[in-house]
Amino acid sequence: MLVEEIMNQNVQYLTKTDTIEDAIHTMNQYRIRHIPIVDKEKKLIGIVSDRDVRDASPSIFHAEEHLEDFKKPLKEIMVYPVVTAHPLDFVEEVASVLYEHDISALPIAADDDTLVGMITETDILHTLVKLTGAHQPSSQIEIQVHNVAGQLADVAGIFKERGVNVTSVLVYPHTNPEYKILVFRLQLMDPREVINVLKEEGYHIKWPTGPEVHP
Amino acid sequence: MINNSVFIYSEEQLTYKFNDDHPFNHIRLQLTKDLLQDMNALSSTQLLAPRIATDEEIGLIHDPGYIDAVKKCGHGGLSIGIANNYGLGTEDVPMFANMHEASALLVGGTLQAVEEVMEGRAAHALNLGGGLHHGFRGKASGFCIYNDSSIAIEYLRKVYGMRVLYIDTDAHHGDGVQWAFYEDPDVCTLSIHETGRYLFPGTGTVNEKGQGKGFGLSINVPVDAFSEDESLLEMYETAVWEVADFFKPDIIVTQNGADAHYYDPLTHLSASVRFFKEIPRIAHEIAHDYCDGKWVAVGGGGYDIWRVVPRAWSFIWLEMEEKLEEATGPLPTSWHKKWQPHAPVKLPEAWEDPSSLYPPIPRRDEINEKNHKTLEKALFHIRNERK
Repeated sequence: MLVEEIMNQNVQYLTKTDTIEDAIHTMNQYRIRHIPIVDKEKKLIGIVSDRDVRDASPSIFHAEEHLEDFKKPLKEIMVYPVVTAHPLDFVEEVASVLYEHDISALPIAADDDTLVGMITETDILHTLVKLTGAHQPSSQIEIQVHNVAGQLADVAGIFKERGVNVTSVLVYPHTNPEYKILVFRLQLMDPREVINVLKEEGYHIKWPTGPEVHP
Repeated sequence: MINNSVFIYSEEQLTYKFNDDHPFNHIRLQLTKDLLQDMNALSSTQLLAPRIATDEEIGLIHDPGYIDAVKKCGHGGLSIGIANNYGLGTEDVPMFANMHEASALLVGGTLQAVEEVMEGRAAHALNLGGGLHHGFRGKASGFCIYNDSSIAIEYLRKVYGMRVLYIDTDAHHGDGVQWAFYEDPDVCTLSIHETGRYLFPGTGTVNEKGQGKGFGLSINVPVDAFSEDESLLEMYETAVWEVADFFKPDIIVTQNGADAHYYDPLTHLSASVRFFKEIPRIAHEIAHDYCDGKWVAVGGGGYDIWRVVPRAWSFIWLEMEEKLEEATGPLPTSWHKKWQPHAPVKLPEAWEDPSSLYPPIPRRDEINEKNHKTLEKALFHIRNERK
C-alpha cells in the first residue's frame, strides 16, 4: 500500500510570516497538532508542532503576560529541515520512519519539495486496523504450521475449495522458530466445517479451542 | 393500564430457510409456540399473524439496490458474482426461493409488534422470527438479510418520535443495529456478547462508543469466552440498569439471541438456561420502570434449536405474561411426545438444566476478573457523566 492512498490531501499549512496566534487558531479549528510551513510556491520549508507552540507560550501562571509573543512570526519557532516522505513510499516504510524519529506526523512532499499531503500516526494505525480486517464482519481462526514453504497456500486452498472468502491474513512468528502462526479472518459466521476439514488434514488449530487454554 | 401481550407468529415465518444443513432454522419458532401452548400459556387470542413489510418500510434502513438484489436472488435472477457483492449467495447467506418475501415477513412481524405496543393494543409484543441483527444497509451478513430491529427502531423514531433503547444479548455482537444508529442521539444500543477476538463478527469492542451526536450511546460489553451464568448475569444486570437510568428511554427493544448456551455449537460462553430466564425478567422491570411498560422483544441467534431455544424463548413470553414461575419442573409430556421423534438429540426433561451440564471451567477467577475490567471500561463514560 502506498502513502498516497492513505495520506490526507487537504492539508492545513501556513507561511513563515504567519503568527504563532494563527498557528494556535489553525490547530484548534482543525484539531491538528502539526502545521507544515511553506513558501509562496508551496514548497516545504519547516514544520510547527503543538509542542513548539506550547514552548513559545507563557506559562498558565502568567497567562496574561507577554501576550506580544503570540504576534511573533512562525519562522522564529518552526523546525527545519523537516523529515518528510514521498507519495510513492510504502506505508510500512513510513511507519518505521515515524518510529525511528519518534515523531507523530510526516509532511508528504513531491520531488521538488512541493507539499502534497500529510500523514499522522493515527492514519497509520487506522490503516493497520484495516489491514487486519478487524473492521469487517468475520471469524478469526489461528493455525500453527511448520515453518516451511507452501503452508499458507495449502491452507488457503482448503478455503478456496469451500468457497470461503478470506477477509485478511497475518503470518506471525512462533516462539519456536520451527513453527509459524497463520491468522485468518474469514467472512463466515459458522466456521465449524472449515475447522473440521483443517483438523482432518492434520492442522493444529490454536483457536477455537477448549476452556483450559488462554486464548 | 394495558397489561396484555401479543405473540406474533405464523407458519409462513418458517419459510425463512436457507437449506436443510444450515444452522439457522426457524423451526425453533414452532417448537417454542408448541411448548407454550402445551403448557396452556398461549391462547389463540394472543396470537397475531405477521404482515409483509413494504419496500418503503424496508427502505427506512436498506438501499433500494440491495432490496432489488434480494428480490432477484429469490427468483434466480442474479449472477453469483453480483450476489456476492451484496453478501448474498455466500456460505452464511445462501440464496433460496422467495427470499425477499420470507425476509420481508420477518420485518413485518417486528413492525407489527411495534404497532401493537405504540397503538396501545398491548403493553408488550414478541416477534421471535425477528432479531436479525447482522443485516447492513446494503449487505447481508451472518445469516441475516433484512435488519428488522433497525427498521423497527427507525420506524419508532420516524412515526412515533420515540427514544429507543436497544438491548442485545445474542452471543454475537449486534453490529448491524449499532452501525445503523452510530451517530443517532435518540437511539442507544447496548450489546453484551462474546468477545470478537475470535468470534464473528469480530467487532463490538468497548471503544466503539458512537460518533458525533451519538457519542456515548453505543455501549459494548464484550465478555470472555467461557464466562458462565454468574458472570454473564452480573455484566447484563449492571449494564442494563445503568444504561437505562442514563438514557431514560421511551421504549425498549430487546434482541434475545439464545446462542450463549453451553450446548450452542457456534459460541463459547457456557451459559445455562438460567441466564435466559433472568434476561427477560430484568428487561420487564426496566420496561415498567422507565417506559410505562413499552417493550418489544425479538428473537435472534440460537443454534441448538432442540434443547436450548424453545425453553429460552418461552421464558420471554412467560415473563411478559407474568407466569415465569410456571416454568419449573418437567416439560409438558405432550410436547415431548410430539417432537422427540423429530429431534436428533434427546430433548431436555425439565425447564432447568442439570447442575452437571458441563465440566467445571478452569481459569474461572481470571475470566471473572477480566469481565469486571471490561464492564468498568464499557460504562466508564456513563458513570463519569453522572458524577
